Amino acid sequence: MFTYFKRIIRTGFINFWRNGFLSFSAVIVITLSLTVFGALIFGSAFGRALIKAVKNKVDINVYFTLDTQESDIFSLRKTIEALPEVLKVEYISRDQALTDFKTKWQDNALIMQGLDEIGSNPFPAVLNIKAKEPSQYAGIATFLNGKNSSQNGTDIIDKINYNQNKLIIDRLGRIIPAVEKTGSIIAILFVIVAIVIVFNTVRLIIFTAKDEISVMKLVGASNIYIRGPFVISGAMYGIFSGILTLIILGAFAFYSDAMIMKFAGIQNVNDFPILTNVFSSYFLQNFGQIFGIIMGSGIILGAISSYMAVKRYLRV
Amino acid sequence: MIYFDKVSKIYPDESMALDKVSFTVEPAEFVTIVGHSGAGKTTLMKMIIAEDKPTYGSVFFESANVHKLGKGQMNKLRRRIGTVFQDFRLIANKTAYENIAFAMEAVGRTDSEIKSDVPHVLELVDLGNKIWNFPHELSGGEKQRVAIARAIVTQPDIIMADEPTGNLDPVNTLEIIKIFQKIHKLGTTVILTTHDKSVVDEIGGRVITMEKGKVIRDDKHGKYVL
Repeated sequence: MFTYFKRIIRTGFINFWRNGFLSFSAVIVITLSLTVFGALIFGSAFGRALIKAVKNKVDINVYFTLDTQESDIFSLRKTIEALPEVLKVEYISRDQALTDFKTKWQDNALIMQGLDEIGSNPFPAVLNIKAKEPSQYAGIATFLNGKNSSQNGTDIIDKINYNQNKLIIDRLGRIIPAVEKTGSIIAILFVIVAIVIVFNTVRLIIFTAKDEISVMKLVGASNIYIRGPFVISGAMYGIFSGILTLIILGAFAFYSDAMIMKFAGIQNVNDFPILTNVFSSYFLQNFGQIFGIIMGSGIILGAISSYMAVKRYLRV
Repeated sequence: MIYFDKVSKIYPDESMALDKVSFTVEPAEFVTIVGHSGAGKTTLMKMIIAEDKPTYGSVFFESANVHKLGKGQMNKLRRRIGTVFQDFRLIANKTAYENIAFAMEAVGRTDSEIKSDVPHVLELVDLGNKIWNFPHELSGGEKQRVAIARAIVTQPDIIMADEPTGNLDPVNTLEIIKIFQKIHKLGTTVILTTHDKSVVDEIGGRVITMEKGKVIRDDKHGKYVL
């Protein structure tokens, strides 16, 4: 049995090298298809990074009346944190708000003078709430409206800025699932097209070997023995294509950040940090997964295409 | 050994390649099948190795109906038949050695058997010096000798040669026929098709004559009457 498989593998390797031009053609076509896969992976990562950044920008601020006791705020904060749709709640005290304001406007004498003239701290305490999904903010706002009273019955919430953010939050709630759905459909279509192209290329290569297959059948070789070397060659197309694709994707990942900044016309990296090193860091952090997907897809695509393409010529 | 029982073959275009053909081939016989192009010789050969199926009738190899064998049994049958074609059908990307070794690998011979038998059989067909040549580096006669070496290396019970000299010049034709005669003398059954009178005259032996898909003569001693 060992000799049997050794012969199949050896013949597969020999055929790969001897059919140099055909093997080269197959490697190029599979590389192009795998690059499409890779582009989809990167596109999806970029999309996810964008969506995550936009989601992070959306929040609800609850502004309390100036005379609200901290104990009432902490009590409400605890209640909010217990909600399953809430990701994070941040408390900004009146003193903290004042300090932040002063730090921000310390160079503006007019504003600082105006603040001095007021005499007291005009800033209310704030709870900054982030939900897990943009669509959940409406529910949180409704919940907060029902909690607008202290232990002694007075109103503690001055205003909730949900209504100001409602439009963008509602739109994001609709757009993000639509973008994700459309992206998935486009990705599936690209993958199908890539598979069809690879399959047809391999089928043409096997077509050139149809006489060889019929001779093998007529000398009494078993189907596995005939098919095996073609499947090995197909897997080798996948391995070489996978290596080429990883080189292309790696090069793209490391040079794309500068290109994106250039095309987007961004002068300073800090203006748009979301676009900084998005591909290169994704490539490095997920190299194992990308390697597995690209090499695995290449090998499976090459081997299965060869396996299926040989099938029709085995009926001798 | 081989028995054709009223075998007919009608192709989808309604042409009749074989018309109720019946004959028997005994072990160790040398049978030459003659006929013009289109007489049905190649179709008849294809029936023996189950490369094509009869529309009516049956072909038996010993007691087995060739066209009712399963895949595994079919492979075993084909390993007992060495086949030589007019167009050689060598595998283009394999050397002479590898073309022959492949047939031995297919029947499960060991590496040491292959290493000793392949050079030996190439010597038998006088190609000891072309062992590592690819088919495109060989002449027509040399290609046919490699094909014969491939057919005989597994020591089959029958050698079937379909127009083996069809693409060869008279000198090579004679040499190839001598090789078949040698193989026959060692006890192997040989079935050979040709439309070349000189081949029939050289071989002698039993001659089956075909015309328009029918067997019209079956002579024990070589006669080319067409």
